[in-house]
Amino acid sequence: MADHIEAGLAQLREQVLAANADRRALRIRGSDTKAFYGDALGAEAETLDCRGSRGIVDYEPTELVITARCGTPLKELEQTLAAKHQYLPFEPPHFGPDATVGGTFAAGLSGPRRMSAGALRDYVLGAVLLTASGEVLRFGGQVMKNVAGYDVSRLLAGSLGVLGVIAEVSLKVLPLPVAERTLQFAFGEAEAISRCNQWGGEPLPISATRWCDGQLSVRLSGAAAGVDAAARRIGGEPLAAEPAQAMWRSVCEHSDPFFSRGSVVWRLSLPAATPPLELAGEQLIEWGGALRWFIPSLDHASPQTLRDLVTRVGGSAILFRAGSRATVQRFHPLHPVLRQIHQRLKQAFDPNGIMNPGRMYDWL
Amino acid sequence: METTLAQHSLHVGPDGLASLPSPERFANTAQRATPERQLQVVAALRDLLPAGALSYREEDTRPYECDGLTAFRQLPMIVALPESEQQVCGILKVCRALEVPVVPRGAGTGLSGGAMPHASGVVLSMARFNRIIALDPVSRTARVQPGVRNLAISEAAAPFGLYYAPDPSSQIACTIGGNVSENSGGVHCLKYGLTVHNVLAVRAITIDGEIVTLGGAIGSTGAALDCPGLDLLALSIGSEGMLAVFTEVVVRLIPKPMLARVVMASFDDVERAGNAVAAIIAAGIIPAGMEMMDRKASCAVEPFVKAGYDLNAEAILLVESDGTPEEVAEEIEAMERVLRQSGCTRLAVSQTEAERLRFWSGRKNAFPAAGRISPDYYCMDGTIPRKHIGRMLLAIAVMERKHGLRCMNVFHAGDGNLHPLILFDVNVPGEWERADQFGAEILELCVELGGTITGEHGVGVEKINSMCVQFSDAERAAFFAVKHAFDPPGLLNPGKAIPTLHRCAEYGRMHVRAGRLSFPDLPRF
Repeated sequence: MADHIEAGLAQLREQVLAANADRRALRIRGSDTKAFYGDALGAEAETLDCRGSRGIVDYEPTELVITARCGTPLKELEQTLAAKHQYLPFEPPHFGPDATVGGTFAAGLSGPRRMSAGALRDYVLGAVLLTASGEVLRFGGQVMKNVAGYDVSRLLAGSLGVLGVIAEVSLKVLPLPVAERTLQFAFGEAEAISRCNQWGGEPLPISATRWCDGQLSVRLSGAAAGVDAAARRIGGEPLAAEPAQAMWRSVCEHSDPFFSRGSVVWRLSLPAATPPLELAGEQLIEWGGALRWFIPSLDHASPQTLRDLVTRVGGSAILFRAGSRATVQRFHPLHPVLRQIHQRLKQAFDPNGIMNPGRMYDWL
Repeated sequence: METTLAQHSLHVGPDGLASLPSPERFANTAQRATPERQLQVVAALRDLLPAGALSYREEDTRPYECDGLTAFRQLPMIVALPESEQQVCGILKVCRALEVPVVPRGAGTGLSGGAMPHASGVVLSMARFNRIIALDPVSRTARVQPGVRNLAISEAAAPFGLYYAPDPSSQIACTIGGNVSENSGGVHCLKYGLTVHNVLAVRAITIDGEIVTLGGAIGSTGAALDCPGLDLLALSIGSEGMLAVFTEVVVRLIPKPMLARVVMASFDDVERAGNAVAAIIAAGIIPAGMEMMDRKASCAVEPFVKAGYDLNAEAILLVESDGTPEEVAEEIEAMERVLRQSGCTRLAVSQTEAERLRFWSGRKNAFPAAGRISPDYYCMDGTIPRKHIGRMLLAIAVMERKHGLRCMNVFHAGDGNLHPLILFDVNVPGEWERADQFGAEILELCVELGGTITGEHGVGVEKINSMCVQFSDAERAAFFAVKHAFDPPGLLNPGKAIPTLHRCAEYGRMHVRAGRLSFPDLPRF
């Protein structure tokens, strides 16, 4: 098992084994571009820097699969794909110049294209996990269809490292769309949500939507002829290619001016057709209504009230950027039975609780 | 009935995952219960269920003795047919208290024996959960009970121009609950994904009788795309009935493409056909479906379906494009170009919907055709990287001679998912054993080529030994830990999918005797 592992991973394994023997907590990090996401660990936690294990292990464009070690810069991976006219369809946010593949996978976040292409977890084919006890476990693989054993590699996507160190991942990739076009509409919130859902029911290649301040932007992606036909069908004002690309990148990376309107940002995941929420503050809406970024005004009601409201409509609320609100639980609370299942998984994979303890929930 | 971690005394092994209660306890699916035990369980379940919902006489339980994989049979102790969530909770609580194994079952069309009964267990048939609870064209979701047939969802969605994308070949019969349990695919998954990509949430009951929602919470207007915490929904999809019992499924519906056309291309060499598949992908095309049949398969189906297949071709590729008429025209042109450059010997594009269906008819009828030309057939289901398709087909040809059996090949070439159909006659002594060996060898080669022992049919009882080849002891221990997190007593579908250490050791010994494969790193007892 541990006899022929790559040098960077072998080093990580040494540090993990030592920490586990002494029951010392580890703060797993890549480039810390997403350190704001989830709770900070206690000051006593020792840092496990994963950037030493890097490199693309395997990439064959015709297999539509790329395999890379955790410390590989996401930028490098995306450039490698782009050279072969391929990409990661879930459009992951980097949140900084040096984001790593491991951090991206552990955070499990997806960008604007998630509404049509699916999320990071949908492109997971396999993962290698370094457990607290130093085992190197391989789940899934590099093929498109694989139902041997439970789907542990997808479980690890978005796990924030609480089950162990994600050492290597295999992701499905796709060819870049041939054509893209962005169209803009002056719509209020309710009309924007309802139009997006109505269009969603038609065979239109809509790959992203953004609504803010009475303006809806819609991106079409696909075959040139299909994009042309769809643009004729939905109308709107075209936006030139370059500013359009910059805008979608800014939505994805939160460099959109909206995100500087306040230091506290909530991420609300809701059924797409949920009508406008009565909230005191400002919103930017993506994914045809299924993702709503919310910056509360100063007099906004308590986080609990917000969570209750979101729960009632079948959604969940993450305190994405906490500002000074560090005392609020960041992730939506879980049903007691699910919480127990989480605890049993944690107990099995990381019995001493050394892997990112408290990053997701204070009890995990 | 609350279980705590302490009750199950998790402790850390010297060098591995925390060790758990032994998964061996209920692993023997043939272990029969005494008549007294059967009466005890029947008495405990009788009051929970309406008349006629409980069977325990052999003549009544016989129809449940196997699923679509008829080579593995076992009579259950009891069959229960609940019709409400409350009844399912009640059954699970009784089984939990009396330590009775529970085997959930949909339509029983599975091909890996995942729904094969446990001799001292209850078959929990979800057949009466056959209602579409809600179908919302605005949020493009359907909330359905697990016993609803796959195709029935698309039929109900059709008036709104929507459909449910995953289309396993058995879609007229198989149920969505079974699809979720197996993570079923179909011929369109390269473009539209598997079950895991098209299910937003499930309602599930744990062995403790607790009801939970996995995935986005179910709202009045569909379901959210994300859920808090670890992705337990992904874990439960394809879990072969071993983690929880599903009572509701929320699926994503997508707009039906306006048009579909298929290109049929002949090749005089399987390797060249395999390269054509890679060339299509390299050209940036993701076809709606991309299937391959070898000559044995096309010759077997042609008299049966009269699709007009080129019987001189060593391999036939079917490549489908769907979308708006503009998109399809653009894509078909590109596909034709690539296929011609890849050296196809004949090429035809469907001109009408009737012709498209005719081109597909052989592929869709490959299994019945196999049944027509051979008394029995054994369908395998491995996946390999596409680049090895040619090599795999040549290896299968060698294995045919070695085992003295014929094998025809149809497969989802787009995603490298093979379905070799091994032809045999169960009445000829030794033929089933040879077919079984043949199949195991194909699966081992799949693993060797960097693939997997099952692409979409599941492990069940069929491929449980092959799991020893694909996963290490520590990896299998992790799977048991996952099972334990959901099902601490280990009562849900025990003895399936994940082999015990003991079983793998036995399998390893058999292989050493056969002198082909050995497991030098496997602990021996």
